[in-house]
Amino acid sequence: MKYLADVTTIEYNADKCTGCGRCIEVCPHGVFDMNGKKAFITDKDLCMECGACANNCEFEAISVDYGVGCAAAVINSMISGGEPACGCSGDDGGSSSGACC
Amino acid sequence: MDINRDKNTESGGSCCPPPQPAGMPLKFVSSSLSRPLVSDLREKYDCVTGSVESLAGAVPRVSTAWSSSDRLGAFRSRIGAYRMRYTIPPGLYAVGEPTKGSDVFVTANYKLSFDHLRRALKGINGWILVLDTKSINVWCAAGKGTFGTEELISRIESTKLDKIVEHRRIIVPQLGAVGVNAATVKKRTRFRVEFGPVRADDISGFVENNYKATTEMRKIRFGMRDRVVLTPMEINPAMKKFPQFALIVLLIFGIQPSGILFQDALWGGLPFILLGLLAVFTGAFLTPALLPYVPFRSFAVKGWIVGIFAVYLLVDHLHYIPTMDSYLKAVAYIFFPMMSSYIALQFTGSTTYTGMSGVKKELKLGVPVYIVAATVSFIVTIFHKLVVWGVI
Ligand code: SF4
Ligand code: SF4
Repeated sequence: MKYLADVTTIEYNADKCTGCGRCIEVCPHGVFDMNGKKAFITDKDLCMECGACANNCEFEAISVDYGVGCAAAVINSMISGGEPACGCSGDDGGSSSGACC
Repeated sequence: MDINRDKNTESGGSCCPPPQPAGMPLKFVSSSLSRPLVSDLREKYDCVTGSVESLAGAVPRVSTAWSSSDRLGAFRSRIGAYRMRYTIPPGLYAVGEPTKGSDVFVTANYKLSFDHLRRALKGINGWILVLDTKSINVWCAAGKGTFGTEELISRIESTKLDKIVEHRRIIVPQLGAVGVNAATVKKRTRFRVEFGPVRADDISGFVENNYKATTEMRKIRFGMRDRVVLTPMEINPAMKKFPQFALIVLLIFGIQPSGILFQDALWGGLPFILLGLLAVFTGAFLTPALLPYVPFRSFAVKGWIVGIFAVYLLVDHLHYIPTMDSYLKAVAYIFFPMMSSYIALQFTGSTTYTGMSGVKKELKLGVPVYIVAATVSFIVTIFHKLVVWGVI
């Protein structure tokens, strides 16, 4: 299953890539693959913007505007002006909004 | 190791347990300083069966089998029945007869994450390192950063893991990679992080495969079963708001120039309450269950399609609701597919593949449409009332 086309913010810079393979190890959607000594993006639209790859690429070859893809969290952030986050640590216990949060 | 399960099957996506009511025993929760005694643990958790001696003291040993209370707990967390946190104290545990050379598996202190891991470790001698994620599963906790680099480092230090094992390798669930920076952990603790498979069930395969996850083990799945078990957590919040909706409907239909008529409220309002229930069903259950089979990628559009189909079936095909004039029919077609669409959009919080940018885009386009649809529905309903009253 793929989500909306052409919306993901994932960016990959081949010049910085050393081919260590971490991104392939951590991505839960197989967005990266190895092409000889460099990683490459197979299909951008598969990316869910979780940020695992960018967090673990030591060479800063990947950037992504990561966050939760959750309508309730995004609505809350629109209202409060903050970053979308699982609103579950608060006192309302997340019972009011979506399942994850 | 079990995020897919964590996020889907296990937790019903409820990364967010309701707050702990005052007066609940907090003894074992977030005990980063004091380590609970094995005897206390045995009393409280039937999965703790004894202890294993290590160079850093006694480590509680847990069974890899699930008891009936574990199964009940799994079921209750799925339907969101917990009023308290479903938790296991953070720290180190043993399965089987682990030695200095045994593997260390990391998980969250959400009891269901822990239970799935220990069940998957059947036949393996190993250590389980439980991080304090405030009883939230690996996936959601990693997103929040509680399942993160700092917590992992401090837990490695506080459990004296370097004394307990002589190798320097820890296995972290792959979906924990959102919160754990492997390079920093290596630098500060000398432990090398291996990201394990997404699902706990693949752990033995992963170990046998020389600590390499196959492409299949790396991928999140989101099958029909995964989706359906998440739906109670969609239906519950929607139904919580339903009484308000029903009350407003009854009021609108009940109000007459002569006051509020109970008969009119009931007979006028019932079809709309029924359609409301239908919209909750299509948005919170049917759309998620049939997700890949409903056309278009947008959740709002998917929910709308299933919703309008259901409204058509009820209103025009089965002629279930004979008392509707054309104004009310228009309202039924405008309002309820939109309601279904909005509820379906909430399911993005439970999926394993929707990104933030996409959700933002849907909302940016969708919210104005929702507002217009609700306003138009309201105006047409008022118009209908005026016609019925003979004002127009
Ligand atoms: S993690 Fe970074 S450096 Fe390593 S292969 Fe991926 S992009 Fe290249
Ligand atoms: S952000 Fe997540 S889903 Fe997207 S490429 Fe990176 S690891 Fe994969």
